[in-house]
Amino acid sequence: MGKTFAEKMLALKSGKESVVTGEIVTVSPDIVMSHDNTAAIAKKFKQIGINKVKHPEKIVIPLDHCVPAATEKYAVNHKEIREFVQEQKIENFYDINTGVCHQVLPEKGHIVPGTLILGADSHTTTYGAFGAFAAGIGRSEVASIWATDEIWLRVPETIKINIEGKIPPGIYPKDIILRIIGDLGADGALYKAVEFSGKVIKEMDIGGRMTLCNMAVEMGAKIGYVEPDEKTIQWLAPRTNKKYEIIKSDADAEYEKIIDYDISDLEPQIACPHTVDNVKPVSKVAGTKINQALIGTCTNGRLEDLKVANEILRGKKISNGVRLLVFPASMEVFAQAMELGILQELVKSGAVIMNPGCGPCLGAHEGALAPGEVCLSTANRNFKGRMGCKEAEVYLASPAIVAVSSLYGEITDIKGDLK
Amino acid sequence: MSIKGKVWKYGDDVNTDVIFPGKYTYTISDPKEMAVHALEDLDPKFAKEVKKEAIIVAGRNFGCGSSREQAATCLKYAGVGAIVAKSFSRIFFRNAINQGLPLVQCKEAVENISSGETITIDFEKGELSCKKDIFKFPPLPESVLGILKDGGLIPHIKKIIKIKEGE
Repeated sequence: MGKTFAEKMLALKSGKESVVTGEIVTVSPDIVMSHDNTAAIAKKFKQIGINKVKHPEKIVIPLDHCVPAATEKYAVNHKEIREFVQEQKIENFYDINTGVCHQVLPEKGHIVPGTLILGADSHTTTYGAFGAFAAGIGRSEVASIWATDEIWLRVPETIKINIEGKIPPGIYPKDIILRIIGDLGADGALYKAVEFSGKVIKEMDIGGRMTLCNMAVEMGAKIGYVEPDEKTIQWLAPRTNKKYEIIKSDADAEYEKIIDYDISDLEPQIACPHTVDNVKPVSKVAGTKINQALIGTCTNGRLEDLKVANEILRGKKISNGVRLLVFPASMEVFAQAMELGILQELVKSGAVIMNPGCGPCLGAHEGALAPGEVCLSTANRNFKGRMGCKEAEVYLASPAIVAVSSLYGEITDIKGDLK
Repeated sequence: MSIKGKVWKYGDDVNTDVIFPGKYTYTISDPKEMAVHALEDLDPKFAKEVKKEAIIVAGRNFGCGSSREQAATCLKYAGVGAIVAKSFSRIFFRNAINQGLPLVQCKEAVENISSGETITIDFEKGELSCKKDIFKFPPLPESVLGILKDGGLIPHIKKIIKIKEGE
């Protein structure tokens, strides 16, 4: 019997010949990521009674959750992180002018196939799009890895999701992952590794694969994974000089479940308040008034996403009464979008262009909602209170649906607006 | 290790945002202050009325969402002594243990416990006694019990490092 990607990775990183699902292994991660929570982690680290982190070269810290600092408290938080980075000689530190962690780490060449990365952020699963084993952990665990270079992990069972068919016009990776989460539920892949495969994945660009793996955690997954291919290699080539080995599941690997999708007839999908698995076709909620539209976050703030939105908005004005906020996922994306004239055109359509950051997605910074307001967002979570107000509602959809809805001031199916 | 306490019962998919809202994640660092906001967007009564040794009983996927450890910390400092659920979100499970907050996964018990009743949990025996019945659950492994007994991962690691240095 062959082995899955997850089994091979955890065997490799724990120095064992082979492991079985359910087994607890001790591994030494290749990269440990933390962001604005680094100051809190540093305090925990100091409590252990050690002065120096064991492997500063394994630590990557981008500031992104509340940038630039919104208040004095946030400013102090950032200052403490900068001081810690200096004190510990951590070279891979990205200050507020870089972008959202899950965009920055791949862009800066930290993620390659076969990397074992643990991050103090649930959406760390994103890096599975590059064939890495990437899972979220908590603050104490990061402090503990800094001190010991070790952590225990359970070898997960794997669910394989085969996606076949031809992507219909107006359908994007976000629609596909929302449909899957709607079908499987918020705990449908609890503790599992989720492999995305099939013709649609092979044809999908890297940004789309990142969207899928990013949201794998919304169905409880430990990791997401897409088998690296020529597209992965080409995307990584200008960004990294790390040597890497591509690790794939064997053809006869044992999966807990294999789920087949044909998306040829898929309609645009939307996650309705207040859970990510409350997914409906857009046509079912069309006409719902919106106050704010948000394009950005680690799920959908990439160049591909901004292009799609701009195709729909170009030469048109958003509806009176709608606030359209655009957060490019990183400064690299921001600069590319600027060079291509996308940002200028979005501004002409009435968008407010923000600096890269996570702020509004978790209600930490910028774009907060008032009671009774509705936001249609490209983010990955719509929990009650998520955008700073528990009497507000958040719907989640693709950048295309967010863009077209901002034109009409209400949730709108894309059909009539496809070019 | 055992606990006896009053039950606060909730449903499925209690997420980290309703346990500890994201707007506080980088501004509140004192655990006692975190406790004031525990379950704020799910049950505003909770933080005001909860007493020591409280036990949360909930449905599936408790703690889903963010990796924020404060979701476990705020409950612990609010007085929660254990959480019983049909299942736990992966990162929350780790965070709770690492904060020294014991968890019990037992579907049958959840279905038979009512809000407000007093229940007893023996973690070493793997036994939960409520008004209706006594339920068995797999006892926590030694390694996890070790972390819990030391009061969480940080004091646990501190102890291990000291032992290694002494060797």
